[in-house]
Amino acid sequence: MIRLEPRTAPPAWLALAAPIGALAAALALSTAILAAIGIAPGPALRLLLEGAAGSPFALAETATRATPLVLTGLAAAIAFRARFWNIGAEGQLYLGAMAAVAVGAGALEGPAWLLVPLVLLAGALAGAVGVLLPALGKVKAGADEVVTTLLLNFVIALFVQMMLEGPMKDPMGLGWPQSPPLLDEAMLPRLVERQRLHAGLLLGLGLAILLQLVVSRTVFGLGVRAVGHNPRAAAYAGLPVARTTLLVAMLSGALAGLAGAAEVAGLKGYLTADLSPGYGYAGIVVAMLAGLSPLAVVPAAFLVAAVFVGADTMGRTLGISSYFADLVVALALLFVLVGGLFARYRLRLGRAAA
Amino acid sequence: MTGTEVEPAPRGAGRGDARPPLLRLEGITKRFGELLANDAIDLELRAGEVLALLGENGAGKTTLTSILFGHYAADAGTVRVADGRGGLVALPPGRPEAALAAGIGMVHQHFTLAHNLTGFENIVLGTEPWWRPRPARAGARARIEDLARRMGLEVELDRPVGTLGVGARQRIEILKALYREARVLVLDEPTAVLTPQEAEGLFATIRALAADGRGVIFITHKLAEVEAVAERVVVLRQGRKVADRPLVGTSREELARLMVGREVVEPVRRPRAPGAVVLALEAVTAGSGRDRIEAVSFALREGEILGIAGVSGNGQAALAALAAGLLRPERGRVALAGSAAALESPRAAVRAGVGRIPEDRERDGVVGELDLSENLALERLDAPEVSRFGLLRRRAMRERARRAIEAFAIRAPGPDAPVRLLSGGNMQKVVLARALEAAPRLLLADQPTRGLDVAATAFVHERLLAARERGTAILLISEDLDELLALSDRIAVLHRGRLAGPFPSEQLDVPTLGLLMAGHEPEEPLGAAA
Amino acid sequence: MSEAFEILFQASFWVAAIRIATPLLFGTLGALLGERAGVLNLGIEGIFVAGAMTGWLAVYLGAPLWWGVAAAAAAGALMGLLHAFLTVTLALSQHVAGLGITLLATAGSHFVYRVAFPTLTQPPRIEPFAPVGWAWLEGIPLLGPVLAQQTPLTFLAIATALFLAFLLARTPLGLAIRAVGDDPAAVEAQGLSVAGLRYGCVVAGSALMAVGGAFLTMSAFNAFFFGMVSGRGWICIALVVFASWRPLKALAGALLFGAFDAWQVRLQTLAGAFLPSQLFLMVPYLLSIAALLLAARRADYPRALMKPWRRGER
Repeated sequence: MIRLEPRTAPPAWLALAAPIGALAAALALSTAILAAIGIAPGPALRLLLEGAAGSPFALAETATRATPLVLTGLAAAIAFRARFWNIGAEGQLYLGAMAAVAVGAGALEGPAWLLVPLVLLAGALAGAVGVLLPALGKVKAGADEVVTTLLLNFVIALFVQMMLEGPMKDPMGLGWPQSPPLLDEAMLPRLVERQRLHAGLLLGLGLAILLQLVVSRTVFGLGVRAVGHNPRAAAYAGLPVARTTLLVAMLSGALAGLAGAAEVAGLKGYLTADLSPGYGYAGIVVAMLAGLSPLAVVPAAFLVAAVFVGADTMGRTLGISSYFADLVVALALLFVLVGGLFARYRLRLGRAAA
Repeated sequence: MTGTEVEPAPRGAGRGDARPPLLRLEGITKRFGELLANDAIDLELRAGEVLALLGENGAGKTTLTSILFGHYAADAGTVRVADGRGGLVALPPGRPEAALAAGIGMVHQHFTLAHNLTGFENIVLGTEPWWRPRPARAGARARIEDLARRMGLEVELDRPVGTLGVGARQRIEILKALYREARVLVLDEPTAVLTPQEAEGLFATIRALAADGRGVIFITHKLAEVEAVAERVVVLRQGRKVADRPLVGTSREELARLMVGREVVEPVRRPRAPGAVVLALEAVTAGSGRDRIEAVSFALREGEILGIAGVSGNGQAALAALAAGLLRPERGRVALAGSAAALESPRAAVRAGVGRIPEDRERDGVVGELDLSENLALERLDAPEVSRFGLLRRRAMRERARRAIEAFAIRAPGPDAPVRLLSGGNMQKVVLARALEAAPRLLLADQPTRGLDVAATAFVHERLLAARERGTAILLISEDLDELLALSDRIAVLHRGRLAGPFPSEQLDVPTLGLLMAGHEPEEPLGAAA
Repeated sequence: MSEAFEILFQASFWVAAIRIATPLLFGTLGALLGERAGVLNLGIEGIFVAGAMTGWLAVYLGAPLWWGVAAAAAAGALMGLLHAFLTVTLALSQHVAGLGITLLATAGSHFVYRVAFPTLTQPPRIEPFAPVGWAWLEGIPLLGPVLAQQTPLTFLAIATALFLAFLLARTPLGLAIRAVGDDPAAVEAQGLSVAGLRYGCVVAGSALMAVGGAFLTMSAFNAFFFGMVSGRGWICIALVVFASWRPLKALAGALLFGAFDAWQVRLQTLAGAFLPSQLFLMVPYLLSIAALLLAARRADYPRALMKPWRRGER
């Protein structure tokens, strides 16, 4: 039997130990599973580590993969702060990507200093619009936003397919369902020669710092935290609860939309239906690992990206499915959830003496 | 009842008492972190005895009964219960089902009733085999009705509990215990939600239960109630038992001293001429369901305390919400110093100089996860001393918090401490500091001392009276009639959403208020008031 | 346009409608049972995947069909046990725990499938449940022929709905479940185990969800595909609200939904030439969102739903 006793104040080291411990526990459990199907854990882990950080190329690849995760992680972190459960980042990401294509693939022409911001802005706007219906549904009708945002992901996925097979199909694409490429002037600059790493990462870093300041230093940020922790008391104190929720939801959608725009404008150059291997959902894990703190989203995104990139390498060498990475990440979410318990409670094992 | 031949109790105040013991607590100790909630408490209860467990809020009464009922496991000590053959057996700790089976019944202060079930369903819940068909319930029904009749607990059994009033809910709560053949009944602050007349009815029930051979533990912090029902009293203070004696020969003053342990000076209201009208309601109808007021009118003036009495759920919430700016009237007019717009929203109310103390501080008053300085700033985030250009002025906020900590003697680690770490009394001081800091024109004080200990209560009373001296108009909503009578210049009574009065408080006493709370018209016209 | 409505009078249309409704009914009932006890289970989407994979794999490896159903139910129950441990014993956020279960069950199922079949391009098939084809059933006018073309799992789903309706409304156990979803303190004060009731409901509910998943691979199709659940779990969560937590309304809601979906598929063949197929495929999701938005305002949520409860804390 397990009993929980409330703690008066959480020790400071837990904020750091919880996410790292969670990821380590998830990795340990997953490699134990590998061992069970006959794959030696030692070499497998070494491959994973090398794949994620063993060379400059690997590091750049991890950073590239972390870029959208920083943005979707921020999207989840800010929304969850206000207890708005936006699980629709995946769909909002695609909306952002589509908007980037709509603006950057020839509809507008101009120099890079104009076109790149426009492409990003369009992506953010599209993402924000994508969360409007669930947000209004929650504020006006009390409809659970978890389900509405989740269901919209499927609607948007179908919408993307429809566009790629119809109005947005590249006439030069040899029949593949993909969009025409963005103009060169609309593309984000690369950060390292001959690597895929692009300026989207800097965008993510900048936004993480900015959001950290917003949350801790502004009236709006204080309102977000108040609404998230106790909406009744916030309303009693005269805070605009509905407006705060709406704004946070749209901010969250905009960040997810940016992730999509940056993937298109920084990496792929055009849109396909498999642009994101679930960055929207992984962003939730990133945000939880970061304890919903915007600044901590950055290292958390790198950790999760490392698991993805490392597992790819490991999978290719050992012939294991890349779903291994999904498994690790899912376990990490559950472990960090349990870990958060230690911040507020002390666990006591065994029952009291009779 | 139980066995007939019983050895005399080896210790305790009941020495020489021939009645068999029903319950004995031995050395009960319970710690919560730093706090020693119960310190080696011994206690004995005999058949047919009514024992008052007296102590102020935070003395450890609720912890003790939670251990008795198995909600908590004690760190040390044993609960022994009569086994029906004249002996006492130890209860396994931390198992409510064992306590129930041993015949301990608990009437919680916060009722433990499922709102979506009927009274009957709540009573039989957990007493039937999982698959019993419904016709088998006829016997149960007859037994409940019989119990209700004998013990004066008549109540509608077939309505969902959520639609019943508090008095009826409490009767169901007691029937629940009796239906399970509870021999020991623990009532935790049972009169807090009742009118004085309903409380009389409850006392009659308690006497009937004792005459029936059951033991009753009556938990309270009100001395008058101890005298009304108990034959023996146990006093707890800061987790320790400080007295265990028969009521005969114990004076009320002595009990008060034992309970509080120190001299607490209650502030006195001095006569003061009221000024201009601050809050005016003209035939106001507002709210919904049980939280509704109808055609309510009164005028509250500068430097005046207007008390609102009534059993909870008679429209107090609607009235409080109106004054706090959370609710608009359906019909009629509400105005603050002549302006209806001033109470249009919580924000407008704060700006117009309304200080607000909500009924439930943890639910509406504070955001527990935010720190002291943030909670204190929450109502005026765009004031220049809190923010500039949308940016928080952290240093200024901390300075404000430090001033409040000093002025209101808030015991907190500092301005950066999350408010959830504070005790109830100190949390209330945070709410009070926020409500009073801008010298409000109107102060809404909704149950301002609920759950506070004697010292904290006196502190709140002192601040309310000081605000009145400065000319603040105070709307005081309270279930504590003594508090209302002590603080208010005038008192009005809410019953089913209708307001009787206000009457000058000098013309009122507890029985009169009780009748008004039950909906009776005053027999002779009390001094009319505007 | 009249063609669009003539569809409604074809027996084959109703056969399809009921087939589409079956997994939704299982899922809705499973989610409903947990929510009535106060626990939201967003693990449903992943549990569908786990049930679909496990049931199918068991049969593929040689188990009889009903053993496959049992294996799926066991996999669901296991996930339910984990969800109950996280949300009841540890009283963690039901939202996050549920999403975690979905991620875990989905990733786990895909991983196991890939471990079992590393290099297949063509999904391996099994012999699924056949339509019952009971002669006495076909004798019933109108309804008979439609029902006779359903597989046994459909009848199991309908029976489960009837059973749960009886359980909740008519038995002391149902009383306790409704009470624990309203106020756990009331249940504990009566000496019943809050954790016991909630564990039971979440585990049993998760098993039902998994059987809904198994229907997909063992009755509707005959193989396991990635992405075959495609949001059915989330639709069930919306249907629970739409059905206001009542099993018989869930039955009606699932049927209504199945009818719309079947209609959409047939309209697609009618109008597919001039409208993109994706527009029709969106219909079920948009329908669920609309249902949720409409039902939410007057929804009477179980009072204790999603509220973590720890003994001794109120």
